[in-house]
Amino acid sequence: MSTEPLLRVHNLAKYYGSRLGCADVSFELWPGEVLAIVGESGSGKTTLLNILSTRLEPSSGVAEYRMRDERWRNLYDLSEAERRFLMRTDWGFVHQNPADGLRMTVSAGANVGERMMAVGNRHYGNIRQTAIEWLGRVEIAEDRIDDEPRSFSGGMRQRLQIARNLVTHPRLVFMDEPTGGLDVSVQARLLDLIRGLVADLGLSAIIVTHDLAVARLLSHRMMVMKDGHVIEAGLTDRVLDDPREPYTQLLVSSILQV
Amino acid sequence: MMTALLTVRDVSKSFTMHLRDGIILPVVSGVAFEVSAGECVVLGGPSGAGKSSLLKMVYGNYGVDQGSISLIHHGQPVDLATASPRTVLELRRNTIGYVSQFLRTVPRVTTLDVVAEPLVSRGTDRDEATERARTLLARLNLPERLWSLPPATFSGGEQQRVNIARGFITDHPVLLLDEPTASLDATNRAVVVEMIAEKKAAGTALLGIFHDEDVRSQVADRIVDVTAFAPRRAA
Repeated sequence: MSTEPLLRVHNLAKYYGSRLGCADVSFELWPGEVLAIVGESGSGKTTLLNILSTRLEPSSGVAEYRMRDERWRNLYDLSEAERRFLMRTDWGFVHQNPADGLRMTVSAGANVGERMMAVGNRHYGNIRQTAIEWLGRVEIAEDRIDDEPRSFSGGMRQRLQIARNLVTHPRLVFMDEPTGGLDVSVQARLLDLIRGLVADLGLSAIIVTHDLAVARLLSHRMMVMKDGHVIEAGLTDRVLDDPREPYTQLLVSSILQV
Repeated sequence: MMTALLTVRDVSKSFTMHLRDGIILPVVSGVAFEVSAGECVVLGGPSGAGKSSLLKMVYGNYGVDQGSISLIHHGQPVDLATASPRTVLELRRNTIGYVSQFLRTVPRVTTLDVVAEPLVSRGTDRDEATERARTLLARLNLPERLWSLPPATFSGGEQQRVNIARGFITDHPVLLLDEPTASLDATNRAVVVEMIAEKKAAGTALLGIFHDEDVRSQVADRIVDVTAFAPRRAA
């Protein structure tokens, strides 16, 4: 078991002018740990995800990441080239809308292969073979490899986006509402797939969701956000079964039972 | 020589219902007991006395307001009441197991995988873990045709046996049992009683709730009366 975290976050804050995005966010993420960030629209959870994934600069605060060479670096001090390299290799980002994370006009195989080429793979046969393997892992038939994701269903596109992200064996994956906008039956399949892949690959993940059932299924720990602040955090089943804060109690009690 | 593997000291718990004008529901206070290796301690008392809540506190599923819940983890005491989430997960992986009353099913995951999962997560080879799962499910008389199906559509008794197999597959030193025989027929109750006896012989510390008097008298070494920890109502 690793004795060091992968990510250490201290007092992150983001203001849009005078308007608060999020503030006072501090936590550690350990290898193999899945953290869910839950809250309503406008709670600051997506702002936080964008800051953590360096797609947005914080107004203040530090996020230190343990690089593959074991050196700790403040993410906001990385050069643009270093940041891009990290995002292409050691990190994944799964968007809610697959079209934001895929290239819709190149083939499924090329979508997966492109990430491999970014980390230096040049052998066409190897790339194609690995792409086929990854399509299989996300349950996309081999004979769809030359089709464009435009011709795929929503669930298939999302699975392809996951394959594209995981092919480089990232250590940390960010997910923004990965099952949002999908039919319930498609969601279940995708959740099961994500759960299995995260466990098998020992990934760390930060998942933003407003769906507490998704948080329960996928995450070890969760943070509840409201008005830009983390109001409650802890073990996922503790937060969901014994919520302390009024807002968390409201969220939990608002789930419809079937 | 008795070694306490679980020591509960001065534990109190109440729920604050913020959506009900902040009323406070006291659950238990001043809870103190120990469970030693090789014994089965049964929580006694009527429904609503806080037995299940107490088990959930000992598993880290409910927080506690005060007191300590000390578990011997790799030879060292660890206070679960104040442990970080990461430590609680580590305790659950290696030291404390829990057979809950109801199975929380995950879509598409087969019964065999549900049962084998605690072993796989501790690094046991998947084939070996699946073999152990098969042995346990067969012993609990779960029809083999169900093993490759997700348990979501199973009957209460079938789900309960899946849950028992999942809880018993590892050799966690401390095992919590929340009415593991409630939905079982006499044959399967007897199997579970036998499995509990084997756990005790192997030195596991068991803490459980059993409403069935027959089962309770067969497995219990001691009964801890939870009504003794009833919170004093505020005047």
